[in-house]
Amino acid sequence: MAPNIQTEIETLKGHIVYLGTVVEENLQCAIKALIEKNPDLAYQVMQTDRVEVDSIEIDVEEACLRIMALHQPVASDLRFLVTVLKVNSDLERIGDLVAKIADKVLLLYKLDPVKFLSDSMQVPEMFNEMFDKTLCMFRQAMEAFINEDTDLAYKVCLADDEVDKAKRTIYNELEEIIMSTPAQHVYLAKLLSVARSTERIADHCTNICEDIIYMQQGKIVRHNMVL
Amino acid sequence: MSHSATAIMSIEKPQVEVEHLNLFYGNSQALTDMSFGIPASQVTALIGPSGCGKSTFLRCINRMNDLVEGLRIEGSITIDGENINDPSLDVIELRRKVGMVFQKWNPFPKSIYENVIYGLRIAGIKERGVLDQAVEQSLKRAALWDEVKDRLQQSAMGLSGGQMQRLCIARAVAVNPEIILMDEPCSALDPRSTSRIEELIRELRGEYTIIIVTHNMQQAARISDYTAYMYLGELIEYGPTQKLFTVPERKETEDYITGRFG
Repeated sequence: MAPNIQTEIETLKGHIVYLGTVVEENLQCAIKALIEKNPDLAYQVMQTDRVEVDSIEIDVEEACLRIMALHQPVASDLRFLVTVLKVNSDLERIGDLVAKIADKVLLLYKLDPVKFLSDSMQVPEMFNEMFDKTLCMFRQAMEAFINEDTDLAYKVCLADDEVDKAKRTIYNELEEIIMSTPAQHVYLAKLLSVARSTERIADHCTNICEDIIYMQQGKIVRHNMVL
Repeated sequence: MSHSATAIMSIEKPQVEVEHLNLFYGNSQALTDMSFGIPASQVTALIGPSGCGKSTFLRCINRMNDLVEGLRIEGSITIDGENINDPSLDVIELRRKVGMVFQKWNPFPKSIYENVIYGLRIAGIKERGVLDQAVEQSLKRAALWDEVKDRLQQSAMGLSGGQMQRLCIARAVAVNPEIILMDEPCSALDPRSTSRIEELIRELRGEYTIIIVTHNMQQAARISDYTAYMYLGELIEYGPTQKLFTVPERKETEDYITGRFG
């Protein structure tokens, strides 16, 4: 016999929070692997995504479908389950982007291990701000989900513009550096991809928060409809 | 309990208009200050826990409560602008206009044919051609014609539960009502028969105003255009079904439809 829907929902919420924690830790490790030039850590990030994140995502989706079939939820329960399905998918996509960042670290190492580990290649300072803002958005998005905090969700949606702006700045500056030091173009091109992945992570945090607003208020705020 | 005005939607040009309806059984109040409008040619579902007054309210609409001892009604119910509690109103005509289908099918121990034309016979119609046509038309509307057309003179008591319920719907439809009241019409039916009745309700919608009491919330969500949630004789929330089942305005409604009630 299936447990009652409230128990199911509490359990599911726990699974999403756990998935969020795994993805957040993996994101931190990916950034650390890039800044500290640690290929072992980058490899570990990719393994965690493949083994843990993907598997939790499937478990959460199956649980949602089972609850929907057995309990036929309505109102806040329905909105919660629809939100979980979408948040689950966003977290898995964030996981993939984190793995993509780690993959860039490994690629750079494999291209020229000595050069990569030398002091000549450093992640420019301007990345720090973008990483910090994206990590902050991620943490706040999960906090908004756990505490059903619509105000915080709105705040996160608005912060996305800052990450977009940071990415544009990084693009412009990296293009200039590539022109002035063409020898490092392979390394710098990979950093462009890291900036792009980080910006996409922030976009998924925004999606999560838009879904939290739907879960709480029942109104769809995607595509800047209400924001 | 005071309710926000927005939780009870107002309908433009309602066919049935309920205003400050109060109903008492002796000293006990069963319905309290209900005010809302029911639109024509749509399906309106009444939901709420047992004893909340859904059936009592439904029976007010065709004055089935008239013979209940000690019953007193205040406020008004109008259908197409006419007050149905007006003493000068012809109750027989009201019940022709407002048909009813009950929880437990109740065909008469007569032939299928005689069951369908029962109301027409009472109205004095005797022409065979008219009656034959009414039988065919009503049974077709009730999606029963194909199953019984070759045995119209056989007893209705030989039909299955689902068929008997559809026969009762055909009997209600035969007198050409404008409104059909349904009091838990599927509660004693198996899923397949329930699905046929629900399909029938979808087909009848547009031609008739249907007001249905149901304990099955999924059924209310599936078949109705508007839903009213009642609790302890009060109308708590009333609005489009899609909205009520996704984003209800009142916490009481939310608690009931999500099963957190009580």
